[in-house]
Amino acid sequence: MTRRFTANLCMAALAALILFDQTTRPLNPYRAPAALALGSGQAVTAGFCAALPK
Amino acid sequence: MTDAILTEIPAKGPAKGEALRRLPLVLAALLAVSALSLFGGLRYGLLLAVGIGFGIILEGLRFGFAGPWRRMIRERDPGGVLAQLLAIALVALAAFPLIASHPGELAGAAAPIGYAMVGGAFVFGMAMQVLLGCGSGTLVNAGTGNPVSLLALPFFAIGSFFGAYATVWWTGLGALPVIVLSGTSGLILTLIGLALLGGVFLLLAAPGTRRIPARMVWAALALAALAIANLVISGQPWGIVYGLGLWVAQIAVSSGGSLAGSAYWSMPGNAEQVTQSLLTDITSLTSIGMIGGAFLVAAWRKNGFAQKIPHLPARAWASVIVFGFLLGYSSRLSFGCNVGAFFSGVSTGSLHGWVWFIAAFAGAFVGVRLRPLLGLEARA
Repeated sequence: MTRRFTANLCMAALAALILFDQTTRPLNPYRAPAALALGSGQAVTAGFCAALPK
Repeated sequence: MTDAILTEIPAKGPAKGEALRRLPLVLAALLAVSALSLFGGLRYGLLLAVGIGFGIILEGLRFGFAGPWRRMIRERDPGGVLAQLLAIALVALAAFPLIASHPGELAGAAAPIGYAMVGGAFVFGMAMQVLLGCGSGTLVNAGTGNPVSLLALPFFAIGSFFGAYATVWWTGLGALPVIVLSGTSGLILTLIGLALLGGVFLLLAAPGTRRIPARMVWAALALAALAIANLVISGQPWGIVYGLGLWVAQIAVSSGGSLAGSAYWSMPGNAEQVTQSLLTDITSLTSIGMIGGAFLVAAWRKNGFAQKIPHLPARAWASVIVFGFLLGYSSRLSFGCNVGAFFSGVSTGSLHGWVWFIAAFAGAFVGVRLRPLLGLEARA
């Protein structure tokens, strides 16, 4: 067995995760943020590794 | 003439075949970015493209974190580590003025230094050497079919979820206020710090290794450009582990679980993100893109998937599960991995990024020695 199998397995798992996500939490284009945060006038609120609850 | 024609035909044949084989890969990547831009929003499509770019550069130019640290420890070859410092310095040159001139819109990777943060970084450094895959490395390696990284990845995500779940408790054991270097003086201090660190590595280097290979200089330049793009598009620096924990949180909630017991996952921003598509989460998008970009490079190469799956002893596979979990758990206690804490923390002025590096590098010494004992490589 070569890495072809495991690489394809990885991509299949990723596709399954996205499929699961889209069946439970579909995208909504009407909630799209500005294309760039820079110059948007909106405060950054997204989750990040370094963020700690206050 | 006839000879020339005869030799030309076979040469063109495989080239055409290669092009036909590669075309669907490029089209699939373009289609994914376009579809996400259309159905989710341009910002998300751009972030997926940035993530694919990260994966292409990291795999295509073989730029990493765990491998260069290992080469510095075992062979005193600092080339890869110096390339990391170069990339961080380049990002800092852009990130410091951008964050200073756009407060609120853009934010750095600021986090406090604390007992759990230092301990977490030490464990992360150890785990990344045992697995030979850091935060970015595990994703990229999984995308290329590396079975160790592929098995570690789900446990990395589970560990990230549980680490985040308990991070408030761990941080409560003792932490300093968040200390951030900012403005021109902060940038100068950061660049001096990076130069001094590079100088230490050069002093320790073995003769004949005191240089950055050209390939890694190009990779550092490209990574810096992508990291700056990540900051401009998303408003926050390049990160990885938040998204992995979020995937598990979403699966847990969809399966009927409750996150009410966690101060972290109950935080308004995180609780809201758990209900939203992971394709609207910044770190998830770049991580998915990295896996896809690495797959693309491996598939592009003629024999990119030819390597056979190794026959490792059972204790090696058990170690992959345990250290995969530790990789995720420790990265949340230390406020990021080699990317979120070290690369992005230092390049946006957070002092915790510097402390993270020292603690993780110390842990890497232990990890390098543990790896053969766990059956993950031939013992010397």
